[in-house]
Amino acid sequence: MSTAQERRKAPAGERVADWADGRLGIYSLAKANMRKIFPDHWSFMLGEICLYSFIIIILTGVYLTLFFHPSMNEVEYHGSYVPLQGQLMSEAFASTLDISFDVRGGLLIRQIHHWAAIIFLAGMFVHMMRVFFTGAFRKPREINWLFGFLLFVLGMFTGFTGYSLPDDLLSGTGVRFTQGAILSVPIVGTYISMFLFGGEFPGTDFVARFYSIHILLLPGIMLGLVVGHLILVFYHKHTQFAGPGRTNKNVVGMPLLPVYMAKAGGFFFLVFGVISALAAIATINPIWVLGPYRPDQVSTGAQPDWYMGFAEGLIRAMPGWEINLWGHTLVLGVFIPLVLFGVFLAIIALYPFIESWVTGDKREHHILDRPRNAPTRTGVGVAWVTGYIIMLIGGGNDIVATHFHLSINAVTWFVRIGFFVGPVLAFIVTKRICLGLQRRDKEKVLHGRESGIIKRLPHGEFIEVHEPLSQEQMYTLTAHEQYQPAEIGPTVDENGVERKVKGSEKLRAKLSDAYYGEGAQIPKPTAEEYREITSGHGHH
Amino acid sequence: MKKLSARRRHPLAALVVLLLALACTGGLYAVFAPADKAQADETAQSLTIEEGKKLYAVGCASCHGTGGQGTSDGPSLVGVGAAAVDFQVATGRMPAATSQGPQVPEKKNIYSQAEIDQLAAYIASLGAGPSIPTEEQYGPEGADIAKGGELFRTNCAQCHNFTGKGGALTHGKYAPTLEGVSPKHIYEAMQTGPQNMPSFPDTTLSEKNKKDIIAYLDAVNSEKTESPGGLELGGLGPVSEGLFGWIFGLGGLIAVAVWVAARTAKAKKS
Repeated sequence: MSTAQERRKAPAGERVADWADGRLGIYSLAKANMRKIFPDHWSFMLGEICLYSFIIIILTGVYLTLFFHPSMNEVEYHGSYVPLQGQLMSEAFASTLDISFDVRGGLLIRQIHHWAAIIFLAGMFVHMMRVFFTGAFRKPREINWLFGFLLFVLGMFTGFTGYSLPDDLLSGTGVRFTQGAILSVPIVGTYISMFLFGGEFPGTDFVARFYSIHILLLPGIMLGLVVGHLILVFYHKHTQFAGPGRTNKNVVGMPLLPVYMAKAGGFFFLVFGVISALAAIATINPIWVLGPYRPDQVSTGAQPDWYMGFAEGLIRAMPGWEINLWGHTLVLGVFIPLVLFGVFLAIIALYPFIESWVTGDKREHHILDRPRNAPTRTGVGVAWVTGYIIMLIGGGNDIVATHFHLSINAVTWFVRIGFFVGPVLAFIVTKRICLGLQRRDKEKVLHGRESGIIKRLPHGEFIEVHEPLSQEQMYTLTAHEQYQPAEIGPTVDENGVERKVKGSEKLRAKLSDAYYGEGAQIPKPTAEEYREITSGHGHH
Repeated sequence: MKKLSARRRHPLAALVVLLLALACTGGLYAVFAPADKAQADETAQSLTIEEGKKLYAVGCASCHGTGGQGTSDGPSLVGVGAAAVDFQVATGRMPAATSQGPQVPEKKNIYSQAEIDQLAAYIASLGAGPSIPTEEQYGPEGADIAKGGELFRTNCAQCHNFTGKGGALTHGKYAPTLEGVSPKHIYEAMQTGPQNMPSFPDTTLSEKNKKDIIAYLDAVNSEKTESPGGLELGGLGPVSEGLFGWIFGLGGLIAVAVWVAARTAKAKKS
């Protein structure tokens, strides 16, 4: 009796929690994760920007589906926008006009949706680069790197299918571009195109099909990947930069609850706020001035959204080569860019595996590298980004030409040459800069910080006083580990028989030497060096 | 008749015949002359042409030749018509600098409208060509804006962009922006096809069509155009949108992230 009374006295919140725990088992889950520690650094929030903009895209997207008609039936427009009155257009275009002019809040939501997509992809790009340059993709996070990469690629195609839905003149040109790329694929191209468009381009099917892909298929896969991505972040624990007290086995930071819950929750609203402000201030994709799509019309300045601009650049820069064989045409001018598009993206996706093969390192890494301490990796990354940016310039070559008063032909030639030369130069320059920074770090550790105080010694010599670094600073600057280049190993076995050295072994040794050999890194200061310098032999 | 023939040797007969002949030719001229106005302006017109010729000799002849026949530095102006002169000179394109780039740019016009009319009259006198349109022809009033938009996207957008913001052509040439270009000059440009632009004579684009296009541009690319979505970002499409999104969108968010990360909770000292 008395126990029953006590049970009744339990507060409502506890009873609700108990009820839920009995059915969902959330107690142990919450206990294990609520105190999860996350380290503090602004660059660790880039992924959050992506996550939140993804959520914003889903929320606003749901609203848009309420009013959008994914149909290519031809209708005559009689809505609010005067300069299109009485024009024939697809229902998709007409309903997008209605969303923009006649649905309450429609234009704002459309613009939030589109701006959030731009920022989602840009955020993923920067997040990916953060992970790349700090070496956060190393074991055990390679799978998560691939998840992230897939999210970026799927995001590109979700964006593409999304901005194609209004069936306006700009996106229609983009769809035509894509169809051309599909057609350039040998043998299967025409079949895929006929299958995708339900016959000849543009047909009457693609908007409805893109709609399913855009709102169901791709976001569904992405949602799954995002969940997997986050579960893996929890499972692996977050990486951290080197510092006193931070080891490969711990995480120094703040607990998820309450600190990160509050921070992340607040940050969500900040992201929503910034994107909404952007959508309220600036127009994006004003389909009403673009007009409805008609295959016989086209406008100059027809570019895709930025994340596809790289593909546009490849096409614009590529000479129009083609081969005619036995009555068939191989359109290299389009097919080579299509292949390059895949190869260029694959390089960055596979890089973690290449690096782990070169280093042969099978250990886990939870401490991040400073980009300068991995000069070759940083160089490769900057080279990749340089190639990417040069192709973005190529994609906007006409806008670059008109706004900088240049010849579009000159811009295109710059892009063609730059695509090959730029990454090489970027690699060399970046590596030199990294080595320079390493030397400076070494200098700082051994000789201290330049204090700017000039002192005159009794015998008249002027010296600058160097202030020794604190223990913590010195630790941070010297915590990284430096690999030694991998050797091929003995070429003769224990019986004195010559072993056949495989080509891959030689390649690996060569790459390893390029990564960690002489001239590829500055040996970090050792304790002996430090002791010798500070042992009282005066200034150097 | 006898009376008349009897007096044909009269001393005044020659005078009478002369008067009759004069009256006849005068009457015939009055009947067959093109128009009353033209007749009235006859002397004024020739004066205008004279003035235009003088202006031409100073400003144009060094490239286009003394009689407008053209030289290696400039094309023949015979038959280009008054509309071409009005467009080229009033938009400041002509006279061109001696060493312009790939294309003669629009610049400040140095002639008054009266002087331009004189030049136009002189060039028109060299050979028949399109005349300067009247306000009735180019005014956007009463035109079909939507039809104009359709025509614009079909005929003009591939060089001038969706709403006439301009675009690049090969080797540094370009299709200029149509913002702030007066309806009259747009009409003349379509009529005469200046520089790299093809011409759209009335047989290709009727007078009504031209009017529709002008009305469309007036609706979507003039100071009275509304931008319901906010800043237009140049109306250039995804390139400027992407740049804006990266700089202000992601840039702003990263600034916010730095701000949030800098304000961390302080751990309690145990």
